[in-house]
Amino acid sequence: MNYTIALAGNPNSGKTTLFNELTGSKQHVGNWPGVTVDKKEGTYKKRKEINILDLPGTYSLSPYSAEEIIARDYIVKNKPDAVINIVDGTNIERNLYLTMQIIETKIPMVIAMNMMDEVDAIGMKIDCKKLSEIFGVPVIPIVAKKGKGIDALMKAAISVAKDNISANDLKLFDDNINSAIDAVYEILYDSEGIEKPADAIEKNTQTYWKAIKIVENDEIVTDELTEVQKPAVEVILKEAEQYADGDTEAKIADLRYKYITKVVKETVIKSKSYHVETKSDKLDKILTNRFLALPIFAVVMYLMFATTFSESFLFVEGLPSPGIWLAGVAETLWGYVAAGMDVLVSNASPWVYSLVMDGIVEGLGAIVGFIPLVLVLYILISFLEDCGYMARIAFVMDRIFRKFGLSGRSFIPLLMGFGCGVPAIMATRTLDTEKDRKITTIITGFMPCGAKLPIFAMFVSTFFVGGNKTLITYSLYMLSIVVAIIVSLIINKLVYKSSASNFVMELPKYRFPTLKSIAIHGWEKVKGFAIKAGTVIFISTIFIWALSNFNANSFNGVNAENNRDQSVMAEMDESFLASAGGAIAPIFKPLGFGEWRPTVGVVTGWIAKEMVVVTFAQLYDDDVTPEYLEEYFSHYSSDELEELGFEGGEYDPEAAFDIYSEVILFEGADENALVSMKNDIKTDAAAYAYMVFNLLCMPCFAAVGAMKRELKTWKATGAAVGIQMLTAYVAAFLIYNLGMLIA
Amino acid sequence: MTLRDLKPGQIGTVKSIGEKGPMRKRLMDMGVTPGTSIKVIKVAPLGDPIEINIRGYELSLRKNEAQNILVEI
Repeated sequence: MNYTIALAGNPNSGKTTLFNELTGSKQHVGNWPGVTVDKKEGTYKKRKEINILDLPGTYSLSPYSAEEIIARDYIVKNKPDAVINIVDGTNIERNLYLTMQIIETKIPMVIAMNMMDEVDAIGMKIDCKKLSEIFGVPVIPIVAKKGKGIDALMKAAISVAKDNISANDLKLFDDNINSAIDAVYEILYDSEGIEKPADAIEKNTQTYWKAIKIVENDEIVTDELTEVQKPAVEVILKEAEQYADGDTEAKIADLRYKYITKVVKETVIKSKSYHVETKSDKLDKILTNRFLALPIFAVVMYLMFATTFSESFLFVEGLPSPGIWLAGVAETLWGYVAAGMDVLVSNASPWVYSLVMDGIVEGLGAIVGFIPLVLVLYILISFLEDCGYMARIAFVMDRIFRKFGLSGRSFIPLLMGFGCGVPAIMATRTLDTEKDRKITTIITGFMPCGAKLPIFAMFVSTFFVGGNKTLITYSLYMLSIVVAIIVSLIINKLVYKSSASNFVMELPKYRFPTLKSIAIHGWEKVKGFAIKAGTVIFISTIFIWALSNFNANSFNGVNAENNRDQSVMAEMDESFLASAGGAIAPIFKPLGFGEWRPTVGVVTGWIAKEMVVVTFAQLYDDDVTPEYLEEYFSHYSSDELEELGFEGGEYDPEAAFDIYSEVILFEGADENALVSMKNDIKTDAAAYAYMVFNLLCMPCFAAVGAMKRELKTWKATGAAVGIQMLTAYVAAFLIYNLGMLIA
Repeated sequence: MTLRDLKPGQIGTVKSIGEKGPMRKRLMDMGVTPGTSIKVIKVAPLGDPIEINIRGYELSLRKNEAQNILVEI
């Protein structure tokens, strides 16, 4: 028989771990409430005909957040054949609250009492057999992360599905509430027009569940009432409220918990009473200590960052961090692939050669360079998540982030955005609400990632020769944060019409994560990124490659006649991209850089932000003549030349252009670089506006690919990019025009 | 007095939980119901939110949310 079995439970109760054990699938698991955002499906690895569905973690079946609605809709409307309700045995009271609500739905169910190893370790005893007698459904002790008890659990789940075993009628509520539920039930039942059997003892379970929810003041179910039903129901609710101290809703929650307390007293022996300090609490006393919390946090953040992005790891000059080292390895390997491809297509026509080498190889190379960074960063983040520290970071940073309508959890993605937007955007997945996820994804794009630095370096050294270069670069960093705050506030006000998110969050126990879960996590993220974002990057890169290498003359034979190698390709300054740049350039007039070359720079920056600098070197090629290069490099000693990349320390005119654009311009080492650029970007204000526009506008395609992955739809991704573009435009406009006023 | 007035280390019993609405529902779902014993564990280093222990687990909430929860010692 085919069965669909759903896993439901509190966040952090081990659902995803159990799911992985059952399906052999590699879903990410974290010690962080809310890791599973959507429901995920798999098949039971021992019997493929059985579907397993992992629902988002929820504390109750009230429609409080998007995740809870997904879980509840699935259980109530789709009606799986059985529900496995996973309960964290170390935190049994709160976990059973959800159990009570699943029991109310009368769905066939099994209770998986998880973390029994920890339960034993703290000297607790849970009488699963007695619990099972009370609830009327099997209660199976398991240790999900070690795979213990899983077979017994599945056997029980399959048998309740087959025999349609649902829980006993628990006497949860008092007479007043029961009679209110019955009265509402009658109204619903009558108007549903179902012929009521004369000896109707069996109640229609779904209708009865609806009646409970209506008495509980559940908005979604109440809204489904017809105009005829509403007044009658209201009368009943009013009356019930009088007997429930004016508050039926609170009374029901209270009665459920009272019942749980009673059951727990009968079935659980606790070695400790409430509020006793555990090992985890002691550790927490240090990690979130009033004075130590921020310094410890700063060190953790530094380590995370340094391990991923640092060129001199742990302050050792020249020692690359694991992330940078791996990126180097990946790029070297990719170099071999590129060299191989080069040989393969060397005899092909120039445009095929260029498509393969400049389009495909370059485009894929951009992804290859990101993958190691994503991998390292994710392994570290998953460690922080799994061990429980991530929730504490949110706890510590919340005070700051609520000021602009977010919660402390948004801190990690934003911070990571300073290194690379791709993993940063992917980290928004750990946020609590959809609102926080969307806003954080948008404002993460404003952060000055590593690839934006060469733009700043080149512009600052060229335009602000006399000024304080560090200060100007620093001002851009500050600006990105200020803009992020302002935009976040505006979106909150206009789109979500609220200024604050709330922050009621469980702080999970510290647990040492298993290697397996971390490895699964890192691998899943990398795979997801490479596949999903890869497509976006790949297609967009080829698109821009085509625009920048062809023009109308490519197709009428003019280029083929004029080019020495008979290629149909065009120089970049005569390409479609150049014409398009010329056409859209007027848009940027109000920002001070309305010429075609800076415009093309913005566009190529979407491939990768560091492309802006390389593009400039190509477009202002009147400045970068062979004579200029020879003169420029003549000031360098042989050792310095070798360090820059000239083989054997000898000046080589062929390599000079690449080295100049990729090393000198990247680092802003030439103060006289691209003099004619100043004809297009005339003032300091315009130069600063150009930097700001590139800082804030749409991030590179790799990041857009990540945005699409997190935001799910192209519509949402387009809206996010639109907001980024608009923000960049407005900010650059203000800066240019105010700058001109002051000057 | 309210939960906000409790000092770290103090234990109180919940009397009522603010105004009706999703926030209160959430708190009750998380186990903050009348008669429950709450211990304030600590205040976050920047002064807000606070961490409490309730029903054997740790929960954090902001001070303005704690303000709506009436407790007695």
